[in-house]
Amino acid sequence: MKIAIASGKGGTGKTTIAINMALVLSDNEHGVTYVDCDVEEPNGHIFLKPQITEVVPSFVPVPEVDKEKCNLCGECGEICAYSAIIPMKDNVLVFPELCHGCGGCSLVCPENAINEVGRSLGVIECGTAGNIKFIQGRLRIGEAMSPPLIRELLKKIPESDIVILDSPPGTSCPVIAAIKPADMVLLVTEPTPFGLNDLKLAVEMVRKLQLPFGVIINRCDLGNDDVLEYCKREEIDILLEIPNERRIAEAYSRGQTLVEELPEYRERFVELFEKCKKGL
Amino acid sequence: MLSSRPFKELVIISGKGGTGKTSLVASLVSLNETTNVIADCDVDAADLHLILAPKIKQRDTFSGGKMASIVAEKCSGCGKCAELCRFGAIVPTGNIFRIEETGCEGCGVCAHFCPEQAIDYSSVINGEWFVSNTRCGPLVHAKLGIAEENSGKLVSLLRARAKKIALAEGHKTIIIDGAPGIGCPVIASITGANLVLIVTEPTLSGLHDLERVGELAGHFKIPVSVCINKFDLNEDVTRMITTLASVEGWKVCGKISYDPIFTKAQVAGVSVVEYGESRVADEIRSVWNEVVTTFA
Repeated sequence: MKIAIASGKGGTGKTTIAINMALVLSDNEHGVTYVDCDVEEPNGHIFLKPQITEVVPSFVPVPEVDKEKCNLCGECGEICAYSAIIPMKDNVLVFPELCHGCGGCSLVCPENAINEVGRSLGVIECGTAGNIKFIQGRLRIGEAMSPPLIRELLKKIPESDIVILDSPPGTSCPVIAAIKPADMVLLVTEPTPFGLNDLKLAVEMVRKLQLPFGVIINRCDLGNDDVLEYCKREEIDILLEIPNERRIAEAYSRGQTLVEELPEYRERFVELFEKCKKGL
Repeated sequence: MLSSRPFKELVIISGKGGTGKTSLVASLVSLNETTNVIADCDVDAADLHLILAPKIKQRDTFSGGKMASIVAEKCSGCGKCAELCRFGAIVPTGNIFRIEETGCEGCGVCAHFCPEQAIDYSSVINGEWFVSNTRCGPLVHAKLGIAEENSGKLVSLLRARAKKIALAEGHKTIIIDGAPGIGCPVIASITGANLVLIVTEPTLSGLHDLERVGELAGHFKIPVSVCINKFDLNEDVTRMITTLASVEGWKVCGKISYDPIFTKAQVAGVSVVEYGESRVADEIRSVWNEVVTTFA
């Protein structure tokens, strides 16, 4: 089963939920893989402290023009949707950072003058954290596009009973890339106006993708009741609520897991998983 | 030359989400005594309007690119499109194929090579953008469509519009609320700015993400200042942040206490400094004074 943990708003507690679920479920004899899809700012490793055994560099194929073969016909520029390859009067300019790697230019070139070389996206790192199989992507700093790295990361997920996809925040293409393969999405929110605003966007997103989902309310005793009322109106299941306790925040700040600091929460994550299974 | 522009751009980013960027921006724009233009560039989860209560004066649609879709009646089911699609956006359905809107990156390769000319490839609306008035100055903001792409392009559009307004109306500062992360909307927010203010939190996650986003700003040669929000949550990590800032040459503009007033003000629909006298309001004022000094 693949469970994605997402949110609209950043900082609601996705990684907290993801790593604690991974820890509790792996203790209960399930085979668990934790996937950190927040390739821009991966944080799962801070809590799971994995042993990394494999580092695989990842690339986007971008064009390189062979000037000997190029006849300046301009076909490459015609097909490019991103202005990444611009034929000029006596030269072809390439802007590799704009290229999406669609391969169009090399396909249309009548002279076979375009080779594809790699633009570095970042790396994919695999390892283990106790019983948990661990895999994360780490975007190269300066690289604009995270979806291609996320897609590569997803291809490398090892077979597992349970796969936990710790997603980036937001509702646009990086999150879509991360949550697409999920069987179930858990939307983590906080009961504040910003939390509610972004939750509504996230709900639209999972409905557009037609994925089953539930909501987790973190820091549930601050703010107001608007999130609760919204979920009731929309008939959205609230699968877990975690109160706003300073000691939880302090443990988090030290890189300690919730279930380590407050073992009474272990049972709640087991229950959460049972609800996910029922949700399907 | 940047230094000869009549306005300056200050971008507030964080690396890690949830550190308090938008809450801080709402307060800073309230404090700015010279007039400012405000841009909410966190386009796929925009929240600043919830505090600034904008009155929309102008709105327009945004089209960042194109989308392909297969005309079912013309599709022969040959699968050439699926073979060529590098983004896994084309899937079989019955005897034919279909393009998943949420996966299509709008490259047009499938449409170009379809032997039946069965693929429609045209511009799509990715979202909407607005120019509004607020009690703190003009606000440029947007709503990116759900599951849409081209957030970087939309951010660039908003910044260009903000600059136009600053020039036309004589505003000295553009204050930009950025997105979390280090990807295209963040890059589009910071390139060419005068100063980046990174709002961080004293958690190991916050520190890790601060290093990455700080490096990003350095990559684009933008000066960095840091504000440590919720600093008293973990004074050890606060110290680690100030050490990092010192090593990297980032100015620490201030530290803000971990305080329920942030949520109370948000629920009341006002910025923290508008919520009344408080220690946190003073701390934010102090941050702003430091930013102004750095800007000058």
